[in-house]
Amino acid sequence: MRPLQLDLAMLKILKYSFYDLIRSRWSYVYFLFYLLLGFVLLFLNNDVSKAIITLMNVIILLVPLIGTIFGIMYFYNSKEFTELLLAQPIKRSSIFLGQYFGVAGSLTLSLVLGLGIPFVLYGLFKSDAIFDFTLLLVTGAFLTLIFTVLAFNIALSNENKIKGFGYAVLLWLFLAVIYDGLFLMSLILFKEYPLDSFSLGATMLNPIDLSRTLILLKLDISALLGYTGAVFKKFFGTDQGLLISMLMLVLWTVLPIWRLVSVAKKKDF
Amino acid sequence: MIHIEGLHKKFGKNPVLSGLDLTINKEGVFAVLGPNGSGKTTLIKSILGMVVPDKGTISVQGEPIKKNWKYRKEIDYLPQIANFPGNLKVRELIRMIKDLRQSPSDEDRLIALFKLEPFLDKKLSTLSGGTKQKVNIVLAFMFDSPLLILDEPTTGLDPASLIHLKELIREQREMKKTILITSHIMQFVAEVSDVIVYLLEGNIYFKGSIEALKTKTGQTDLEHAIAAIATRPSHA
Repeated sequence: MRPLQLDLAMLKILKYSFYDLIRSRWSYVYFLFYLLLGFVLLFLNNDVSKAIITLMNVIILLVPLIGTIFGIMYFYNSKEFTELLLAQPIKRSSIFLGQYFGVAGSLTLSLVLGLGIPFVLYGLFKSDAIFDFTLLLVTGAFLTLIFTVLAFNIALSNENKIKGFGYAVLLWLFLAVIYDGLFLMSLILFKEYPLDSFSLGATMLNPIDLSRTLILLKLDISALLGYTGAVFKKFFGTDQGLLISMLMLVLWTVLPIWRLVSVAKKKDF
Repeated sequence: MIHIEGLHKKFGKNPVLSGLDLTINKEGVFAVLGPNGSGKTTLIKSILGMVVPDKGTISVQGEPIKKNWKYRKEIDYLPQIANFPGNLKVRELIRMIKDLRQSPSDEDRLIALFKLEPFLDKKLSTLSGGTKQKVNIVLAFMFDSPLLILDEPTTGLDPASLIHLKELIREQREMKKTILITSHIMQFVAEVSDVIVYLLEGNIYFKGSIEALKTKTGQTDLEHAIAAIATRPSHA
């Protein structure tokens, strides 16, 4: 069967990209960082819920940054190898999807193991926080998938490495920092107008804000929810809000993957 | 084997191939030569499907290559720059390519020929440029495809390996294969190739044997003939 064979080629490329990456020094550093962070937060804080909030603040900024940088560097570094793969009897989509899931997979593994080990040792399975913690990891995995594919897209469209790297870091800076600033400013500027749908839309359009809202909705900490979170909660209720923000994260992942594949099909290498 | 008709390719506003026609329908070693920027790499990459032509058709073994990827089973390719995932071992890289192609291969003979056994369990990032090129050659020669494309195969090789490479090319020719080579080393080209395909400004300027080229340019060695061909007006 044809489709099955295509998937096999992709899985093989995924497997070897993954092998290559989990042996790199940076994967260990990334893993050890989370391991250390998890231990320090849990055993100094002694409070799983507080640890989860602190972790959320770290994950929401760090995961996108690392996903962006790893994604862009991997793509540029494997340029010649990609060319060798392009000359093999494989579909282009298998090559790029395989490499992409290899990168995103190894980063996600560092995150899940690095945070998972201390939490399990602390006795997570006996605690009520297990769902909150799982949601945190799922969100982290989504942010890895999203920012790695955004970086792959930028690298694919920019032959010039310096430019590509610059755009990728700017994208992170924009979504992680500048976006919130602009958002707040517009809330203040237009405070006389009804802003509910505006702030809902603005949150949906930024995967980082979306993740933050998602986790805070689940944790149900109104004090930390902020204006958007409150609107979200009022508008959708907690469950529907969770569902919709999860759906948006899926869209944020699927659409760039689709663009990656369709641009790669037409590109000259 | 390879049939190309009216191939056009522009990069931005810069035309690289302009209506190139080329038919290669017999075995032998074909050297694709030409000054820098004449379109050699673009031609090779078009045959491999890495570059998408603006106009024109290419078929390999009678199969049109547009929107097709299976025809690449018939081609072994040696890329110009050998750069592999740094944290994989040589053995794993060979296994990966075998895994992807799913064709019979005889890598052990080539590994022995280039004395690569001590490197099999080394990470690719620790290898020297010349050793990487030997791995590259093993990857290209270990399958038995009817068409071979070698892009600057001599890069970084020591004299002993260069001799092995030439032997390998001769061996493949005797197996009735078609081999496309690009190289800037004329001595190497003179030694291994049967036919010269000379590109100039995106078109085929000369195609024929080395002897024919020498007669045409009135030169006694290939290097001077190649240097002369671009400067003399053509009578062809």
